[in-house]
Parts: sequence; structure tokens; C-alpha cells
Amino acid sequence: MTRIAPKKIGIQARNRHLRRGLSVANQSKPSGGLLTASALAVFYSLLAVAGIWFVATQKWWFPESISNIAPKIDAQFRLTLWISGIIFVLAQVALGVLIFLFRDRGGKSEYSHGNNKLEILWTSATAVLFVGLAILGRNAWASLHFIGAAPGALQVEVTGAQFEWQFRYPGLDGVFGKVDPKLINEAAGNPLGLDLNDTAAKDDVVMPVMAVPVNREVEVILRSKDVIHSFFVPNLRIKQDAVPGLAIRIHFTAEKIGEYEVACMELCGLGHYKMRTSFTVMSAEDFQKVTKPRRVSSEDMSSAWTTKSLAFSTGGWPWSPSSWACSCHCSCASSLRGLRTRYPCGARS
Amino acid sequence: MRFQLAWPSHKIPLWGQVMTPEQYLALVTMHGTIMVFFVLTTAPQSGFGNFALPIQIGAADMAFPVLNMLSFWTTFVSFAVMCAAFFVEAGAPIGGWTAYAPLSALGEIAGPGQGMGLNLWVISLFIFCAASLMGALNFIVTTLDLRTRGMSLMRLPLTVWAWFVTAILGLLAFAVLMGACILLLLDRLAGTSFFVPGGLVLGGKPVNHQGGSPLLWQHLFWFFGHPEVYIAILPGMGIVSQILSTFCRKPIFGYRAMVFAILAIAILSCSVWGHHMFISGMNPYTAFVFSILTVSIGVPSAIKTFNWLGTIWRGKVQFATANLFALAFVSLFVTGGITGIFLAQPAVDLPLHDTKFVVAHFHFVMGVAAIFGMFAGTFFWFPKMFGRTMNETLGKIHFWITTAGVYCVFFPMHFMGLAGDPRRYADVTQYKFLATLPPLNHFITIAAFITGAAQLIFLVNVLWSMAKGPRAEINPWRCTTLEWTVPSPPPHDNFGGPPPAVYHGAYEYSVPGVKEDFVLQTDSRVVAGQH
Repeated sequence: MTRIAPKKIGIQARNRHLRRGLSVANQSKPSGGLLTASALAVFYSLLAVAGIWFVATQKWWFPESISNIAPKIDAQFRLTLWISGIIFVLAQVALGVLIFLFRDRGGKSEYSHGNNKLEILWTSATAVLFVGLAILGRNAWASLHFIGAAPGALQVEVTGAQFEWQFRYPGLDGVFGKVDPKLINEAAGNPLGLDLNDTAAKDDVVMPVMAVPVNREVEVILRSKDVIHSFFVPNLRIKQDAVPGLAIRIHFTAEKIGEYEVACMELCGLGHYKMRTSFTVMSAEDFQKVTKPRRVSSEDMSSAWTTKSLAFSTGGWPWSPSSWACSCHCSCASSLRGLRTRYPCGARS
Repeated sequence: MRFQLAWPSHKIPLWGQVMTPEQYLALVTMHGTIMVFFVLTTAPQSGFGNFALPIQIGAADMAFPVLNMLSFWTTFVSFAVMCAAFFVEAGAPIGGWTAYAPLSALGEIAGPGQGMGLNLWVISLFIFCAASLMGALNFIVTTLDLRTRGMSLMRLPLTVWAWFVTAILGLLAFAVLMGACILLLLDRLAGTSFFVPGGLVLGGKPVNHQGGSPLLWQHLFWFFGHPEVYIAILPGMGIVSQILSTFCRKPIFGYRAMVFAILAIAILSCSVWGHHMFISGMNPYTAFVFSILTVSIGVPSAIKTFNWLGTIWRGKVQFATANLFALAFVSLFVTGGITGIFLAQPAVDLPLHDTKFVVAHFHFVMGVAAIFGMFAGTFFWFPKMFGRTMNETLGKIHFWITTAGVYCVFFPMHFMGLAGDPRRYADVTQYKFLATLPPLNHFITIAAFITGAAQLIFLVNVLWSMAKGPRAEINPWRCTTLEWTVPSPPPHDNFGGPPPAVYHGAYEYSVPGVKEDFVLQTDSRVVAGQH
């Protein structure tokens, strides 16, 4: 890092006579060492190189984007990266070069208190640049937040709790049933407190993993049972806090079939880092199968679940098929007259 | 902490145990709290400010010496209470330094680390606010009322401007945090519901609160929290301006612009708190307003950077260790500041919020940069404080390891943030989208340990120089401001008599026609400067 290029030593030799000539005006010995000046210049330039390298390798980069909103966000990110990257490189290199050029070689500094024209120039230039960038960035934000979901979008209620996610689908009627916190009974497989006296609630489906159909707009209604959580699917580029007491709506269209992950991004307590679940984008038919409400009696429960588990295994769920057939959760579900709360064993631990 | 991130579930060397998630989160929380409040807020302002501000404006002491002592000891009590949180049975708080409600408002039912330890945390911050308010008042009154003859506002050293404006910010910000702490404590202990809405269920049991708003805590906290960032960094900016001008032997470039930039930063900093809350569920239309206001802070920040570069331009840069740290501050401030432009845009903030990108951003701009300001200040004022000079060779070794080290530690974190790496995760190994991170985590951890160890060099340098360093002259850096006219260390009343009158602005270097390349502010023989 502190290597000096041979030709820079030539500059020192050239300056030696200059320094000698000015030794009267210069009361103290010059302390702007060539070695330090070069090292600083090299170091600050290396920073620029490191920045460019990290951007160029793309080894540590955004995961693949799969939503309609992601390209807009990525484009705005790239624009910002270009502008700020250029500023970063120029500023670091300029700092290094100025330090090198104006190291103490004897003589006197220029006596100047500044330059008002320059001040006005760089003030207005940065103002236009930064504010302009922020105004351009409005577009991506607006398409997520200023415009609501289109009518006919699939609604999914996402509820965060210490330390798990629950996803509720409204079923065939497209209406979410009533919930009452007093009815919450995890042991009985009713983690959201669905009121089963409400007909709209009977076909609601609650799952600990999220499934959405491909190329169909999804409106997420985000809630929390206890403290603040944050719903983050990196591939969607969507992140939104789940705040107790609020129902926050966001919407997106997933455009690529596959399995992705949900992470909690707001510190919610001890198990925060384990608050992971899967986010699966599937074909409309698969989605129908997974979320189709079906009245199941206790007797045909086991067979129903076995069939289901086969469907999941072919659909490529992230959880092992055996966990879906787990009998303990089936019996929980059967106690709730037709309401199926599916818990793969792995998701509960 | 770094060890846990790089090698999760491994035994920690020298300690011999595996770190649990609650220990990890407790360390994260206490690291954040202690650094923000007891280091970044206290040291540059109360430490350097208390020493240098009265001398620099030509005052015998701060306006209220008793209040000053009270503020110091109150801070001490606050720190003691904070440390006690480590040792209570319920464990140290684990909710992060932001202590978001309702996690922080519900008490022990919300999990480990939410009991007595968090009570002590809140009480400690309350006491700290009281101490900071006393300190802030003292700084404001001192700067306004105790300036010596001729020391007009536009002749103040930029350090004084920075401390003065920081004090005003402190007065506004800590008052709000103090109120928020009271409300949070009432929620926790008296059953009120300022921050807790109704209908919560924790561990299957309903919570007996209703009607509060979790977002209210965030608004109050960040209304304090954003000015706090500038409370940490402004004194560093002042110190850097002073040192760059001195060691470039050149008047600071654009003194007035620098003062206006400080004021603009301060005013804007009180109206941008919402950029911490883009994804919080706050009205999305306000996000756009906060976004525009936030990028606007980039403008005075850029003015300062340009002016620092302008000061170097055609100066003669001398590489005293103090100046090395000051120059590195400019580099760090650029690096940390530029990433703010990403986070200031709500759409770009979406994938980056609460990731390591943010961690990298604020560590550069308010953490490392502010600490570099403190290192620079230490090397600069050490001769004045103790009458002895610090060892330059040790200083330079420390500088190089630390500068290279902090870049190795925090620069790669930006890119981990792009990959989505969440902050405050004790372990990320179960996430597939984070599978590329381990090599970077190993690299960062090793760099962090080396950088940390290098701080021992600084410690040794300070202690050794205090006892054995070469005696310092009155004005070893040939600087212009008033503290360099008094003996090192200064007598108790600073000037040993009536303070001198001031005839010049603070940075008259290399004035044409003057034999010396600096003109003391007290020098009545020379006519120089525009002010």
C-alpha cells in the first residue's frame, strides 16, 4: 500500500531546488512527506477501485427479481448507483490527488478565503442532482403505495407473531371471516382467532407458508398479533412492517414460478432471526389445489391429508412431504369443523 | 459479536462458550446504546467542547461551572445505571438501541431481556437526557454571552460554531427523548397504553392494553434520533475544519458557507426523521416529503466536502497525525454520506431497509467518521491539555491500521446489505438467499479484531505521552485560535487575567506580507481578513 512509483521520486528531486530557494520564507521544515502523500493518494484511489470491484463482481448482490415492482426499484437503484458511484470515485481520487499535489514542499499556501461563484455552482449542482434523483425515485414508490391493488386481486392476510407467520386466504367466497383475539387457540389450530359462527370464516384457509399464483396481482393485508414485525421477500424487493393495531396494504404481482423465502426484518424478540418461512409462486392450478377450501370430516381427515401431501410433494414444496402428513396437526384441524389450519411440523419448531 | 456472525454456534475463544441469541442481541443493544449516547454524544461535545470552547471564545470558564459539574456527574450516574442493566436477573435489554414499542413496552411477557434490564435502560436514558439538557444550555449561553471583545459570530472558530449548533440540537432533541422515556416507562410500569394498541395476544394470552400507537414511539424516538446523528458528527466537522485549515496553512475555504452549511444541516436534521420510517406503515405520501427533505441534507454536506477539498487546494498539506485523521474523516464522510442518497429514497430503501447496508452507512458516517474526528482532536489538543506531545510514530501506525481496518470492516457490509442480510440477526445460516455471505463475514471479523487490537496502540500512546511525552510549546502547531495563546496546560481561569481582545477571523494563515505564516486572532499588529 505504501509503495511509491519510481517516477514520483523524480518529482521530489525536481522540487528540491524549489524548496532550497524558498527556505527563508519557510520557517519550519516541510512535514509533508512524499511517502505519506503517495501512500494516501494510493489508498484513496484503492477505495475507488474496491468499490468498482464489488459492483463489477456482483457476487454479493440482490437476489433474482421476480415481481412487477422489482425492475422499477432495481432501475432506480442502478441510476442512484451510477450517480453516487461516480461521485464516490471522483471524490476519493480527488482527495488523494489533491493531498499528493499540494503536500508541503516549502513555500507558502495561497491566501484565499474561498470563491462565492464556486460555492453557488456546487450548491445548485448538488441540489439539482440530489432532489432530481429523489423525484425520479417517486415513480417506483408511487406504483407500490399511491395506487391500490386492482379489483379482483387475490387478497392474502399476512399476520406476524412471535416468531412465525400466518397466511390467511379468504376461500371461494373471497371474503375474510371475522376474527376475535379472544378465540385464539393455538393448540386447537386456530392461531388467528377465527369466528367459526361466521359463514365467511368457514372456508378461510390459514397456512404457515405463503403461496401465490404466478402473474396474478396479490394484495397483502399485513397485521401483527403482538409486536412489530417486518415482512420481507428479497426477490420481490418488498418490505413492509407489520404493526399491531394497523392493517397495512401492499400489492405486487409475482412473475416467476419458484420457491423463495420470507424473513422478518424488524427486531421482534429472541426468535427474530428464526422467523423464516417459504414463499412459493406456483401455477394457477397448483394454487387452486393448495388453497381450495374443502369441508373435511374427522373420518376422512387422514386420507384428505395424504392426498394433499402428495399434491404438495409434486408441487415441490419446501417442506418435506412427510411433515405435511403429520397426524397431530391433522387432528387439530379436524376439531375445527371444516377449517383447515395446516402446520407442517418443521414450521412450528 | 463479530465472532458470532462469522462462526455462529462456535465456542468463542478465551471465553469457551457458545453465544446465545439473547447474549448476541444484548450485546447489539448495549453496543448501540453505549456508543451513541455515552461515546458519540458525550466525548466530542462535553469532552472537547468543555475544554476548548471557553478558551476559543476568550472566556475564563463555561457560563455555569456548577451546572457543568452537575451535568458530568449526572451522565456518570446514567452510565452506571446503564451498566447495571447487564447484571440484573432478567438480563440486559435485547430490543436494539431503538427499543421499538410495543416490544419494549410490554415487559417480561414479551420475552427475555424485556424486564428489569430494559427498565434500567429507559431510566438511564432519562437521566442522560437531563444531563444533556443541562450541558446544552450551558454551551448555548456560554457561546452567546461570554465571547471576548472583538469575537464576533463570524470570527468564531468553526469548532465553536459546531458545538454551539450541536447544543441547540441537543436542547431540542433530548427534550423529546426525555418525554418519550417517561411515556415508555409509564407503559411498562403503570399500565398506561401510549404505545400499545388493543387486541394484542402474546404467547396465547391477551394483553391488557388498548388505544396506543406503536408508531408514536417511532416518531418520538426518531425526532430525537435523527438530530442525534448530527449531534455526533457536527463536532467532528468543526474539529476537521480547524485542523485542515491549520495543517494546510491556509484559511478555511468558504468560512461563511461552512457556517451556513452547519446551520442548514441542523435545521434540516429536525425535519427528516421520517426517513427511518419508510416501511413502518406511516402514510406513504409523507415518505416522499421526507425523501426530498433528506436528500436536501446532501447539499450542505456536499458544500462542506467541497470546501474541505478547496482548503487543500493550493495549500501545503502537512502530515501530522491529527491531519491524517482529519483527511481520512473527509474520505469517510463521503463514503458514509453518499450511501445516504440510496436510503433517502423510499423506493430504493425498500430492499435495503434494516439490512447491513444501513449498518455500513451509519457506521461510516456517524460512527467511524465521528470517532476519527475525536482521534484528530486528541492529537491536536493533547499538547494543550497535558502540556506534552503525543508520539507521532505510534500515531501514524495507529492511523494506518485503523483507516485500512475500518474500510475492510464496513465497506463490504454495503454489499451484504444488497444481498438482503438483515441487521440484528444472531445467525443467518438458515436462509438460502444469504448463502454467499460467510466468506465476507470471516473477512470482516478478522479485520475487526485487528482494528480493535490496534486501538491499544492509541491507548498506550495517550498514557505514555501523558507521563513521558516531550514537553509541548505554547503553540506547537502554529495555529491561530485563542487556546494557543495560553500556557499548556492552561491555568484554571484559562487566561490568568482578563481575556485578550480579538482582531481577526479564526483562520488567517499565509497572509501575504506577514513574516509568519499564521496570524493569531489576538495579533493587533496585522490587518488581515475580511471579517
